[in-house]
Amino acid sequence: MNKVMFGRFIPGHSWVHRLDPRAKLVLSFLYIAVVFFANNFWTYLIMTVLLLASVAASAIPLRVYIRGLMPLFWLMIFTVLIQVFFGAGGHVYWQWGWLVVSQDGLNSAGLILMRFVLIILISTILTFTTEPLEIADGIESLLSPLRKFHFPVATLALMLSLALRFVPTLMDEAEKIMNAQRSRGVDFGAGGLRQRIKTIVPILIPLFVNAFNRAIEISTAMEARGYQDGEGRTKYRQLKWHRLDTVSLVIYVVSLSAVIGLRYFS
Amino acid sequence: MAIIQVEHLNYQYSNSDTKAIDDVSFEIQAGDWVAIVGHNGSGKSTLAKLLIGLMAADSGKITIDGQELTPDSVWQIREKVGMVFQNPDNQFVGATVADDVAFGMENRAVDRDTMVAKVDQALKQVGMSAYKDREPANLSGGQKQRVALAGIIAIAPKILILDEATSMLDPRGRQEILAVIQQLKTDLNLTVLSITHDIDEAANADRLVVIDDGRFVEEATPDNVFNHGQQLIDMGLDVPLSEKLKDALQKRHIAVPQSYLDERGLIDWLRTSRLNK
Repeated sequence: MNKVMFGRFIPGHSWVHRLDPRAKLVLSFLYIAVVFFANNFWTYLIMTVLLLASVAASAIPLRVYIRGLMPLFWLMIFTVLIQVFFGAGGHVYWQWGWLVVSQDGLNSAGLILMRFVLIILISTILTFTTEPLEIADGIESLLSPLRKFHFPVATLALMLSLALRFVPTLMDEAEKIMNAQRSRGVDFGAGGLRQRIKTIVPILIPLFVNAFNRAIEISTAMEARGYQDGEGRTKYRQLKWHRLDTVSLVIYVVSLSAVIGLRYFS
Repeated sequence: MAIIQVEHLNYQYSNSDTKAIDDVSFEIQAGDWVAIVGHNGSGKSTLAKLLIGLMAADSGKITIDGQELTPDSVWQIREKVGMVFQNPDNQFVGATVADDVAFGMENRAVDRDTMVAKVDQALKQVGMSAYKDREPANLSGGQKQRVALAGIIAIAPKILILDEATSMLDPRGRQEILAVIQQLKTDLNLTVLSITHDIDEAANADRLVVIDDGRFVEEATPDNVFNHGQQLIDMGLDVPLSEKLKDALQKRHIAVPQSYLDERGLIDWLRTSRLNK
């Protein structure tokens, strides 16, 4: 589990770390949306520079990001190969049966690879520098306009934060159940696919039953502590929008507008 | 003044043939530390849940601080009662220690500035200030129970119910929690109702309520209750260490005083008895 860097939080005090989670969420979404507008050298240059600047501002070494890309390495190779061999059009460099390496194919392969890397890196910046809890708070705050349409934002936020709070607890429990079953003779990871799937059951069922018992106890405890409904509560955690957030937002909006401008007006 | 009054309470689980609570009546005086004791499955936890309206009794009347428990008054009653449950993990709602302490206040729509001040104060009272931003996964069971206590202090109830709150802790964690509660009880003038099958913990209470198979047996001081040594053992209850020692001495034909002695009393008696000569 520890090998997966994607989605992990790395504590720090950099510019990006100190940004409001709402700002980071909005900026990441904007960036990802604009990636699909980029279509030539200059637009990609701006996007790359903006990304590298953000990476630098996060004070996390680039190689940590690269390691985060590693699990997706084969997926990247696969998409690039598909694009190279099946993208037709333009000058043909090489042909063998229905396999064609053409100019357009190479172009679109490069484009896809570029987009892929940019999107993954920008989301990695978000997850590296923002605690899951902050992300939950940010999502709640960004969704709050939906209250007008009777969308239960407070309830959703509570669910999200309870789920996040119980991830480590449930992981511990899964580990305990696995060891308990091992000590009773279950051999995980042995045998064929069918056998392996069968050995999951003795972990899953107890975990499921425990989750139900936990839910009952938590809801009892919450009720005993005066929880009635998501609405009408005050909030202890509060997000604060600083000047740093405005500055970052302006930088992003200017650069991303330039990208859109270059696409349509050059 | 009786702060908790229970009159002819009955409750039966829908999937059970026998009553979990069978015509129970008792009173608890304000400012007392009362322990409810009984063997496993004797209905202690059911009683606690009935007291704060988490379950509705089939019949009978519960009055808390002069207010009768009804579906309409249940939230007002919960304002006056704080409850700590058995499993430290399953009552930790907040993402961090501070969030969890604030949870009860958030539910009461306390404004944020007051909350921030009260969270700090409550954590200080239970000695957990240094852990304010920790996540529950990094805390021990005893520490989580202290956080649960802090969350209750923050809403300043009159009554504290401990539903086997120390039973999943190690001996040291248990001692620490009980010491914190003792301190809080004096500081905040709380009435403490502790449900326990740790008989040594019960021996330190002001009064005991003994429950057996859902029926009320007696309500008396620990001295009076432990005087019926054999009767307690027949009910599936344990007796304190000093009673056990007396029993062991008696089996060896040594004449021991018939009345209950706590540990100190027993030590004094042993010192002066002719066993030493």
